[in-house]
Amino acid sequence: MNAAMAWRAFRGVALREVLRFFRQRGRFLAALVRPLVWLVIFAAGFRAALGLSIEEPYETYTTYEVYIVPGLIGMVQLFNGMQSSLSMVYDREMGSMRLLLTAPLPRWFLLLAKLFAGVAVSLLQVYAFLLISRVYGVHIPLDGFVGVLPALILCGLMLGALGLLLSSLITQIENFAGVMNFVIFPMFFLSTALYPLWKMAESSPLLERICAINPFSHAVELLRFALYGKLNVMSLGVCLACTMVFFIAAVWSYNPRRRFHSSRTG
Amino acid sequence: MSGFGKSLMTLLVAVFLTSTAHAHLAYVSNEKDNTITVVDTNTYKVVQTIHVGLRPRGIIFNKNFTKLYICASDSDTVQVLEVSSGKIISTLPSGDDPEQFALHPNDRHLYVANEDDSITTVIDTLTKKVVAEIDVGVEPEGMAISPDGKLAVTTSETTNMVHWIDARTFKLTANTLVDSRPRHAEFTRDGKRLFVSSEIGGTVALIDVLSRRITNKISFTIPGIAKDRIQPVGIVLTPDESLAFVALGPANHVAVVDVKTLAVLKYILVGRRVWHLAVTPEGDKVFTTNGVSGDVTVIDVRALRAIRTIKVGRFPWGVRIRPAK
Repeated sequence: MNAAMAWRAFRGVALREVLRFFRQRGRFLAALVRPLVWLVIFAAGFRAALGLSIEEPYETYTTYEVYIVPGLIGMVQLFNGMQSSLSMVYDREMGSMRLLLTAPLPRWFLLLAKLFAGVAVSLLQVYAFLLISRVYGVHIPLDGFVGVLPALILCGLMLGALGLLLSSLITQIENFAGVMNFVIFPMFFLSTALYPLWKMAESSPLLERICAINPFSHAVELLRFALYGKLNVMSLGVCLACTMVFFIAAVWSYNPRRRFHSSRTG
Repeated sequence: MSGFGKSLMTLLVAVFLTSTAHAHLAYVSNEKDNTITVVDTNTYKVVQTIHVGLRPRGIIFNKNFTKLYICASDSDTVQVLEVSSGKIISTLPSGDDPEQFALHPNDRHLYVANEDDSITTVIDTLTKKVVAEIDVGVEPEGMAISPDGKLAVTTSETTNMVHWIDARTFKLTANTLVDSRPRHAEFTRDGKRLFVSSEIGGTVALIDVLSRRITNKISFTIPGIAKDRIQPVGIVLTPDESLAFVALGPANHVAVVDVKTLAVLKYILVGRRVWHLAVTPEGDKVFTTNGVSGDVTVIDVRALRAIRTIKVGRFPWGVRIRPAK
């Protein structure tokens, strides 16, 4: 594999994803409306329910709207990661996946290109959401827009890799509803996206422990700290490790020599 | 030195000046810790904790900021803290349970509200003697003196009145009825208007000093917070008097009022049960004391946003700022 060839393939895969995203205006709209509904309706209702506590990275008391924004960014990336997995299943059913995987390039590279393409799409969605949130009146530091970028890329990769792994386990597109019920919802609700850990601990120590080990919580905390120019080392470590594990597992499960996978694609 | 060298030097000097300028100190009285916490207004770090009398509440500096007077309510005295040494150097006979006070522009007479005795005590800080005791309404609390030094006002929490005192004769000359439980009074710099907060009434009254009549009333509404939790207490005006910051007690918010239009511009979330406020001499930051959460929130006046909250002692009550030398 030479660099020019790799770049061409990467560009091709990435462009396809981005073009597909722009052609599906409804998807962009849905990706924006989903977190905005949470921000405008849910957060407004829970403004007084959260209580008061200053936790890192915040340096003073914050409104619930401010607290919930990193969780909603995570939500955008989570849905986008799962949507990518949906598109992988679709590609497999339509046959374009086989075409892609027969390209004279390592499988891991093709999957990585796919992953980065998904991240690029999620960045567009996240920045559009951040911009609207700021206009809506949620204070997000301007330098946080830049500072959050590396965290967004890592979290996008982690959630995309998870989506990739799941896509290898889903046999038919109809099974995607299961992903919603058993992956997206538990990951989102059992995380620090909506409530801080101390709030979870008030209702159930078990829930708090689950939230604390949920990789999505770490993605949200990494994003939250990055938005305020700080680094959460623990969350960074967890996100890096999870990204590696999910990606290696995804590459392994996409190996055509493995019977269960070849039987599905074949 | 080369042109580049000079520019670099100028830049470094500018950066140094910017970082050292306005390093004022905020003094915060902690009601339950019997201490005064000193906070650097630039670094937001606690630089000193001074042990004082029992239940320190109202605090005020003398004119040249060499002394800090402290209402040590449960010690039934006003203590005098020497700022340079951080030591209590004397006490003043304040009467029972002093809570709030005001220093006359002559830098000599302290007007103390004695909550339990329904009197206002005037103390001469030079002779350390009581000059006058003026009968006012029940539970006097807020104290203010007009900038020209001719008038003193006390607000009484139970009588719901502003009592006007002639500062030359120490006689009560008039009363103005305001909304329930008036807590704090603040004159404008020209002495023509007086802001008075009413804790239970939930309003701030603007009184014309000449006629002693209320000309306007400011009400507060915060979405999601019950009306009875909105209890205005402390008021501070920015040095240019364009904005008034009103502490709203258990509503945990500070209201920002446009002094010209009297419109509430914004509600800023701060700590729990915010009571008193102080503004830096440049008017760029406002410090609030949050009693229940035991901290002080810093508000950026230009951005109208809380930028920092600093842990101090238990139940911070009063706050005053000593300007940098």
